[in-house]
Amino acid sequence: MSNYYTKETMERFLNPRFMGEIKDPSGVGEVGNPRCGDQMTVFIKIKEGKIEKATFKTLGCAAAIATSDVVCEIVTGKTVEEALSVTKEEMIKKLKKLPPVKIHCSSLAIEGLKKAIDDYKKKQK
Amino acid sequence: MMQKKKKIYLDYAATTPVDRDVVKKIIPLLNKNFGNPSSLHFFGQEALSYVDSAREKVASFLGSKEREIVFTSSATVANNIFISGILKKEKGLHAITSAFEHKAVLEPLKRSGAEVTHLPVYKEGVVKVKDVKKAIKENTALVSIGYVNSEVGTIQPIKDIGEMIVKENKKRKKKIIFHTDAVQAVNYLPCKVEELRTDALTLSGHKIYGPKGAAVLFIREGVDVSPILFGASQEKRIHPGTENVFAIAGLGFALETISKNDIKKIKKMQDKVIDFLLSDIPQAQLNGDRKRRIPGNINITFPGVEGESLMMALDNEGVAVSTGSACASKSLAPSYVLLSLGVSHEEAHGSLRISLGRFTTKEDVDYFLVKLPGLVKKLRKISGR
Repeated sequence: MSNYYTKETMERFLNPRFMGEIKDPSGVGEVGNPRCGDQMTVFIKIKEGKIEKATFKTLGCAAAIATSDVVCEIVTGKTVEEALSVTKEEMIKKLKKLPPVKIHCSSLAIEGLKKAIDDYKKKQK
Repeated sequence: MMQKKKKIYLDYAATTPVDRDVVKKIIPLLNKNFGNPSSLHFFGQEALSYVDSAREKVASFLGSKEREIVFTSSATVANNIFISGILKKEKGLHAITSAFEHKAVLEPLKRSGAEVTHLPVYKEGVVKVKDVKKAIKENTALVSIGYVNSEVGTIQPIKDIGEMIVKENKKRKKKIIFHTDAVQAVNYLPCKVEELRTDALTLSGHKIYGPKGAAVLFIREGVDVSPILFGASQEKRIHPGTENVFAIAGLGFALETISKNDIKKIKKMQDKVIDFLLSDIPQAQLNGDRKRRIPGNINITFPGVEGESLMMALDNEGVAVSTGSACASKSLAPSYVLLSLGVSHEEAHGSLRISLGRFTTKEDVDYFLVKLPGLVKKLRKISGR
């Protein structure tokens, strides 16, 4: 196996635990575009101010899939405000490291999460 | 006990392993016959005889004169020396190439100062001779079109372009020079320069079961190239520097291993892979013309899957392939080669290049075909498409 990615990244990519859709989501965030290659959708279910469940669907490279999985794991159980303060560094730590050209994948995952939370907030109003 | 994982190489278009017979013949050059070919003593002259003999083999393969052969360190260097050496002679020159040419041709063209026309390659991935003819202008000095595209494996009508240019040149005072980068063609297609009617041709050792570090630039006698590298008098003064004797000798021996049997065997496996992928994987589509392609190349799009992730998933199963996907490279743009065929951005991101070669077995191909459908399915599940 190539060592382009860390063992942690490959494990996440090959066996993502948070992939899929939430049937009745509190918020959905869609990011990316066909031109750049990575397209990500984040689903969140919020109960009593906390993210009870987060899942994703990602069309993208191994790093995009792995970071989607990481962001969902990190925010599960967090309040909306806590989730909004998730950082790239925190995510990359879970993967040990990412090749420099793949750092943008972690930004995309955070962007997806923020959009899902925005969507949730809008629905609250 | 840990099970030893299979390792299957299906990326022959990237590079090839050195043929065992070639290895045997060149190992002594590393430490026994290690001399510098420019030295007059015994060690030097022995090394020189290896370079001379490689030059003979190349000349015989191309049907050229030995003095028309220049050894360089890589095909990229050969292309740079030739393209820059032709276009830098005068200001205001014009050159013609194709939209999906290799970077080793496009980049030196871009930096030459000449005006460059990039011809369309259509859905088939094949340049039209009449487009080349139409693009010719009074100040056209160079046409450079690769024999076989490295990503999609499509064969260009080099002989027809060559004949057309010969005809055009009869009417012209300032002759057009025709160059072809043939690195992906040598294993499979006729390369006699008298038949192709090319004035210059590039080939590379490491794509033909020779070592990395040696390539050939054929330059027809009478075609003048101004040097862009300067040093001593090696290789007609246009590629100065001590010869990489080991790699040059290896390239020569490698040319002798090229065989028609390989072509037949590889073509059979190619047909099997293409037929299977198109029939057993929903929405799979072949990129580039199926017939006008070398037997080693399969370039295919799986919508709903990103190429790099499929490549990594295959790598995890022990199968090495390649992708034109942006995510596998440093830039974020998808393969300009696939885009030039009219493939959409999204489809270009979801493409795989499988390239077969001399040591690919039926078992390798079967293993790949067993693994692939499940991985595509899994990644489509992750993408929700």
